[in-house]
Amino acid sequence: MAYKIKSAECTVCGACEAECPNIAISLKKGTYVIDPAKCTECQGQFDSPQCAAVCPADCCVPA
Amino acid sequence: MSNVVSLDSIFGLGELAPPAVMPAAPEAASGCSSSSCGSSDGPADMDPAVWEKVKNHPCYSEEAHHYFARMHVAVAPACNIQCNYCNRKYDCSNESRPGVVSEKLTPDQAIKKILAVAQEIPQLSVIGIAGPGDSLAAAGKNTFATFEMLQKKAPDLKLCLSTNGLALPDHVDTIAQYNIDHVTITINMVDPEVGAQIYPWIFYKHKRWTGLDAAKILHEQQMLGLEMLTSRGILVKVNSVMIPGVNDEHLLEVNKAVKSRGAFLHNIMPLISDPAHGTYFGLNGQRGPTAQELKVVQDACEGGAKLMRHCRQCRADAVGLLGEDRGEEFTADKIEAMGFVDYDDEARRTYREHVESERAGRHASKAAAQADVRESVGFTVDPILIAVATKGGERINEHFGHAKEFQIYEVGPSGAKFIGHRRVDQYCEGGSGDVDTLDGVLAAINDCTAVFVAKIGGCPSKSLADAGIEPVDRFAFDYIEESALAYFKDYAERLGQGVVQSRAGQDAVIRTGALTARRA
Repeated sequence: MAYKIKSAECTVCGACEAECPNIAISLKKGTYVIDPAKCTECQGQFDSPQCAAVCPADCCVPA
Repeated sequence: MSNVVSLDSIFGLGELAPPAVMPAAPEAASGCSSSSCGSSDGPADMDPAVWEKVKNHPCYSEEAHHYFARMHVAVAPACNIQCNYCNRKYDCSNESRPGVVSEKLTPDQAIKKILAVAQEIPQLSVIGIAGPGDSLAAAGKNTFATFEMLQKKAPDLKLCLSTNGLALPDHVDTIAQYNIDHVTITINMVDPEVGAQIYPWIFYKHKRWTGLDAAKILHEQQMLGLEMLTSRGILVKVNSVMIPGVNDEHLLEVNKAVKSRGAFLHNIMPLISDPAHGTYFGLNGQRGPTAQELKVVQDACEGGAKLMRHCRQCRADAVGLLGEDRGEEFTADKIEAMGFVDYDDEARRTYREHVESERAGRHASKAAAQADVRESVGFTVDPILIAVATKGGERINEHFGHAKEFQIYEVGPSGAKFIGHRRVDQYCEGGSGDVDTLDGVLAAINDCTAVFVAKIGGCPSKSLADAGIEPVDRFAFDYIEESALAYFKDYAERLGQGVVQSRAGQDAVIRTGALTARRA
């Protein structure tokens, strides 16, 4: 149970990194990635996954 | 002092050297104080404390924009709302519009770039953070980290930021703490019904909101943020994008709402819309306004919140005087190659003193020229528009063929007033003119009676005359406003004799494409 970032569509704006409550998102080799071990899909924390809600390119999706 | 840093040496006028002796400013006319002459933006019109804050800020003072340069550092890529006129996937160095940037910077890289640019451009007075996303999204972390370092490293530079306002109320205290004197809020509506047509969604309190809910929250946050800033004495400029058929008439209400909350300036800008930009509006055929449509709305707002008409809708990484972008000279690679750059404000201090001395006496000479027009022409002749080729310094000092934009002045019995600018492709490149480009220039200044230039060739001169626009080079290197008034006096006389015709009713095309030209 985790989200992933479609790197081809990512604009590398970093909005998701700032919103992630689990510090699961980081910049690796010029693109943002989600650590599946840390991602909770924000269940029990927020109504919806924060990365997907803030992403301007709608590229944070279920893995 | 003026020999130390002259405008002309800075601007590299080359073969177009100004005359050795400048005409002396005429004595001030009696019976016309500068404050009653409606001079825009002058020290006589505002509280001295406010004038002190804006006099060197090109985006807040129309007068300052002729002399001072700004620099945007692109440290804030994240955004918290989606606008129908923005698509941030698109990144092209040949494009000039807000939201677009070629290189994102970390705060450390930004500081290095600022110090390097400050060394090269003594006109630099302002550092702004305008995105390319929202400067206060992602908790404004990069924005405030940059300002904190900058305040220590280059204390003579003014700080400003621009935001959509959604997160503004959370950050007003921090903004005040960093002595950020100038904040720009983009406010396109005060009615959520209108807002719902502009903003598909916002991200607020851990949730994506859409439709009327989104527009209502954004509106409330914008008004609250504006009130909080003005109550702390921070100058606020409001930017509005004019979208024909969506918010054009509504902008009068926006103007009233922001004025009543203490906004210092209101800047109504034309929508930039092109299918190639991939924006919702661009792809759906939403057009931008024509030059006269924009002017009608701006004129209707006159008397409300003070209007700004000199905005160039800069990129979020623009460098230089408004109307030019020297960003290409300061890419990350080039900055890296410069090595360590130390802080030294001497050239900037010298330049600012030089500008102060240039400005002294201008108010009197403008007032005298205006009194002369009033006496000889009276109020029987309608004002006209004049296009001016200038490199800055409030002088007519650009060759027609080298102009990348024309500044537009409205001149009449009430004085000469800057009302906007028109971007064009440079007509003359590599020594020869291009006919297609000339057509573009004609379309851009079609509502003007004359075009003032430092120099112009025979061929474009004839095309202009055929199109009914008089090319005028007899005021080369003189001050714009005084020359415009002298021309108007002569025009009124010729109009009376039936030698010239009025161009009332003509419109012009606003070109919103690329500002690709670099200063040679």
